[in-house]
Parts: sequence; C-alpha cells; structure tokens
Amino acid sequence: MGWLASSLDVLDEKASPATVEQPGLEKETRGEEELDRPWQVVVHNDPINLMTYVTQVFQRVFGYPREKAERHMLEVHQKGRSILWSGALERAELYVQQLHGYLLLATLEKI
Amino acid sequence: MEIYRRGNEVEISDLDPFLAELLRQIPASTNTEDSPPARERIYSAPADASHEEICTEWKIYVEPELRRLFQSATETVAGDLEQLNGEENSVSNCTLRIPTRHADAWLNALNQARLAIAARCNFTETELCDHDRSPVGSRRDLSLFQINFYGFLQEFILREVGEVMNGHGS
Repeated sequence: MGWLASSLDVLDEKASPATVEQPGLEKETRGEEELDRPWQVVVHNDPINLMTYVTQVFQRVFGYPREKAERHMLEVHQKGRSILWSGALERAELYVQQLHGYLLLATLEKI
Repeated sequence: MEIYRRGNEVEISDLDPFLAELLRQIPASTNTEDSPPARERIYSAPADASHEEICTEWKIYVEPELRRLFQSATETVAGDLEQLNGEENSVSNCTLRIPTRHADAWLNALNQARLAIAARCNFTETELCDHDRSPVGSRRDLSLFQINFYGFLQEFILREVGEVMNGHGS
C-alpha cells in the first residue's frame, strides 16, 4: 500500500526534517508544520470490546508490559478515553490503523 | 456445551443445535452492508472531521486494507464452521474444533460480529450488562444473547490461546 509504505519510510523518529522534505514530494505530502507538530493516539471507550481483549491489543500494538496496558485499559473504561502514545503524525497514523485492525475506537488528535 | 483446549485446538463439544446455529451465524453477522450504523462502527473515522485530509486519505488507502483484513478473518472462521455443515437439521449435539493458529481470526471475526450486532440493535450499556436475559423473548433478546455468547468465546480464546495473540506481530 503506497500510503503505508510512505509512512513506514518516515517511521524512524530520529529522522531529520530533511527526510520529510524531499524534493518533488512537497505537493504530495502534508505541510511540514503539520508533520512536525506532535499528535496523540487516543483510544475511546466502547462497551462491546472486552477488557482482556483491549489489554492484549495494547500489549501487542505498543509493546507495553501487561501492567501498563491494563492501566490504559482501565483509564479508557473509567474515563472514556486514554492517550496511548504521542509523537509524529506518520507513526501515530500507523498505530491508529493497527488499533482499527483490532476494531478498537481509536483516533488521532493534534496536541 | 463444553469448551476446552486440547493441544493445538480449542474444542467446543456437546454443542446443541441452537448454539451451533449461533456459531454458523458469525460470518453473516459481520456483514455491514445492510446497516449504516454497523458500517460506521466497524469503519470508524481516524480523526474528527476537521482533519479532512487525514480522513480522506484513510478512506482511500486504509479502509480497503481493513476490509481485506476483516474479510480474511471471516473467511477463516467460515472455513472452520464448515465442520458444522450438514448438522443444520440435526437434533443431536455436535463438536467444533478450532486450530489455535486461527485464534486471531476468531477473535477478530467474533469482535466484528459483536460490534455489528450491537450497532444494528443500538443496545444501551445497561442492556449490554444484562447477562441473564433469556434469548427467547424477542429478536432483540436473541441478539443480546448472541453478543454475550460470542463474548464468552472470545474470553475463552483470549485466556487459553492469548500467547498466540501476544506472540506475533500484527
């Protein structure tokens, strides 16, 4: 998938802005400012998704230890949402895509 | 009904015809074509509407990937459910064996089915917490029972085969 492949290309968080600002890509990519501004991955409560399932998905997608994954799951359950990760847009998009693959209600939000 | 793990399989034995029929309905239950609320839930937006470009790109590039992923999971489950074919009119109990390597597909398809049914019926949180309601009252009661039954299967698979889910990249 082209979109995914291009996102994977910039997955390295240490990549310099020049990596994003490649000639010829400017018109096809989002503005530099939008890419640089931090984004957050938010998971929203859904009474259908099982708590054990949500915990395992957090472990799998983010590599979080069980305790941390459970804390986020409980925050989703009790407060309605939890911020799972924040950083560059491309990586946040990939996380949201993975979470949607597990059918969790996840969104990107600009910080 | 009995459910247990036996080696590389999850075995659901002593399945009465009613529960067997509910299992047969998993693939059909994942279908969102007839239900905008179900479609909206399964293919929910990745950001609020103010991020128009992200939402547009998502529709073009990501949604088709998700459709393929969900379809693949449903097809795997449908294949396993072929074991129940020919038993539709039988009054005797039957057995379903699910290979543990299909655990991810089952978890995904069961989740699709539960979310789609819940969206179609627009259940309240109170209803969803009512685990004792009889399935024989109405179509709505049956749908709620279906959600809970599928949830029970998900819990069992997660508990018994959870390491499969944790052990592989997505």
